[in-house]
Amino acid sequence: MSALTDDTLPATPRVLRDEIIVFAAMALLLASVPFTGIYPFFVMQALCFALLACAFNLLIGYGGLLSFGHAMFLGTAGYCTAHALKVWGTSPEIGILIGVVAAAALSVVTGFISIRRQGIYFSMITLALSQLLYFIYLQAPFTHGEDGIQGIPQGYLFGIFNLAKPTVLYYVVLAGFLGGFLLIYRTINSPFGEVLKSIRENEQRAISLGYKTDQYKLMAFILSGTLAGFAGSLKVFVAQNASLTDVHWTMSGEIVLMTLVGGLGTIFGPVVGAFIIIAMQQYLAGFGQWVTVIQGVIFVACVLTFRRGIIGEIAHFLRRSL
Amino acid sequence: MQALYAQLLVGLINGSFYALLSLGLAVIFGMLNIINFAHGALYMMGAFCSYFLLQYLGIGYWWALLIAPIVVGIFGMILERTMLQWLTGLDHLYGLLLTFGIALIVQGVFQNYFGSSGLPYAIPDYPQVGDWRGLQGGINLGFMFLPIYRGWVVIFSLIVCIATWYLIEKTRLGANLRAATENPTLVRAFGINVPRMITLTYGLGVGLAALAGVLSAPINQVRPLMGADLIIVVFAVVVIGGMGSIMGSIITGFALGVIEGLTKYFYPEASNTVVFVLMVLVLLIKPAGLTGRAA
Repeated sequence: MSALTDDTLPATPRVLRDEIIVFAAMALLLASVPFTGIYPFFVMQALCFALLACAFNLLIGYGGLLSFGHAMFLGTAGYCTAHALKVWGTSPEIGILIGVVAAAALSVVTGFISIRRQGIYFSMITLALSQLLYFIYLQAPFTHGEDGIQGIPQGYLFGIFNLAKPTVLYYVVLAGFLGGFLLIYRTINSPFGEVLKSIRENEQRAISLGYKTDQYKLMAFILSGTLAGFAGSLKVFVAQNASLTDVHWTMSGEIVLMTLVGGLGTIFGPVVGAFIIIAMQQYLAGFGQWVTVIQGVIFVACVLTFRRGIIGEIAHFLRRSL
Repeated sequence: MQALYAQLLVGLINGSFYALLSLGLAVIFGMLNIINFAHGALYMMGAFCSYFLLQYLGIGYWWALLIAPIVVGIFGMILERTMLQWLTGLDHLYGLLLTFGIALIVQGVFQNYFGSSGLPYAIPDYPQVGDWRGLQGGINLGFMFLPIYRGWVVIFSLIVCIATWYLIEKTRLGANLRAATENPTLVRAFGINVPRMITLTYGLGVGLAALAGVLSAPINQVRPLMGADLIIVVFAVVVIGGMGSIMGSIITGFALGVIEGLTKYFYPEASNTVVFVLMVLVLLIKPAGLTGRAA
């Protein structure tokens, strides 16, 4: 399994310092976006996907588990938050909570089922489970099928922050993203994260050392699914709709693509990948299905020539861990 | 009862596609250690190939049944030579990602030129002998009306499946193939050209997918995304049956098709999801799958 990341460096103080500098730069850059005249909707959308890709990367990059069904968490949390806000009229924080709890519950169930098989089978099972949910949402009345849930009220977060104002919403989404990112970063560098990496490298040996690897994998799966759900709940406030697109397998593929472009198993790679893919979709929206073709070409090119991804290549070049 | 038999027949037909596709996936996985995500796209190419043959060259169904799998099989072998072979020794996941990319490219290109709607492909009406008009029409079996084309698809798929099983399990070529799956280095030492065999195996698996595409063209219409959703169901079939045994893939494929057909009759709302639900049940009760070893 070690083929995924062939040159990870131990977490020395220098590595830690590098990562903190890059994180601070990223946070500053993102915080200054509203003053630059960049279309905030685009950045907010990219931030939601960046968090989603980071959550996905926690599984593949540090646990060696390629989930091809992460769209199910995005979509489930999105639907639940949207339903709570629109039909039950809850406040935003309760709506987000409902979405995240739903995604967490889903990840407990799907994780329990899918970690029973390893490697390639794990990917096929997660894909099949998300397709199962897609068909359920297609038929369930509360999702409104093909139409989706639209015109969702944004409301006041904690009764103070008016989320209908783009700038306020931007900083709320940014705070959510940075919070999720730090949680993942903390997880990776915790003893739990170390065990996870050891399972990725050699599961048999981890078992022989007395680790109950299934429990670790399930924990990682739940954490990843829950955070992906959080991204889905945030996205509801940005897009103001929840639709079947978010549960479809093409979405799961896009999540994989973002992480692959940025760099599997790198800390900042998924963020960079998400911005690149979302920007590409934005600028090439007029080209119809050619976007799909281009995404396919990027997949092929990345796998054949560029397996470390952008951040992975930079880190390799600088001999640093990013 | 008529409706039940009709749904059973539909189930058997879907089952033959599942069997042909999962068989190809199993053969390819055995040799290349790759889960071929492009399988659905290549199935679609098989259907389009027969459509092109008829539309632009006037070549009918019976020749398409032979030509389309060869053409798509050659396309597959080119893919293997130019791309897949470079993945040897890497993690399995890269094969999945690469073939997913190939599937996106192929489906995207076809969608650009043909949209998402279906193109019709008629059931062949030749050879005409007496009252028989090729595969058109049907036979009244007493308890049900059997459209000839549907019966033909089931029987022909079954023959192809068994022929493939025979080729791999009972012939000398198959023995070499199985040996190369176990230990490629040793088989090469015996003077067998393993890389060429891998390419041919991929071509064979892809050819089976294309054949399924030709068979389905008159039933399901020819659509760019016809294979995209199908491949996910076939993945579930593979998870249930395991990829260790050729016969296992064939039986699981047909059995799941029949179960799906029965669901369409008794509880139509669940017909889309029944295979996935069964997969969950199998994973809970027998994590290694019905025939396979744990992977």
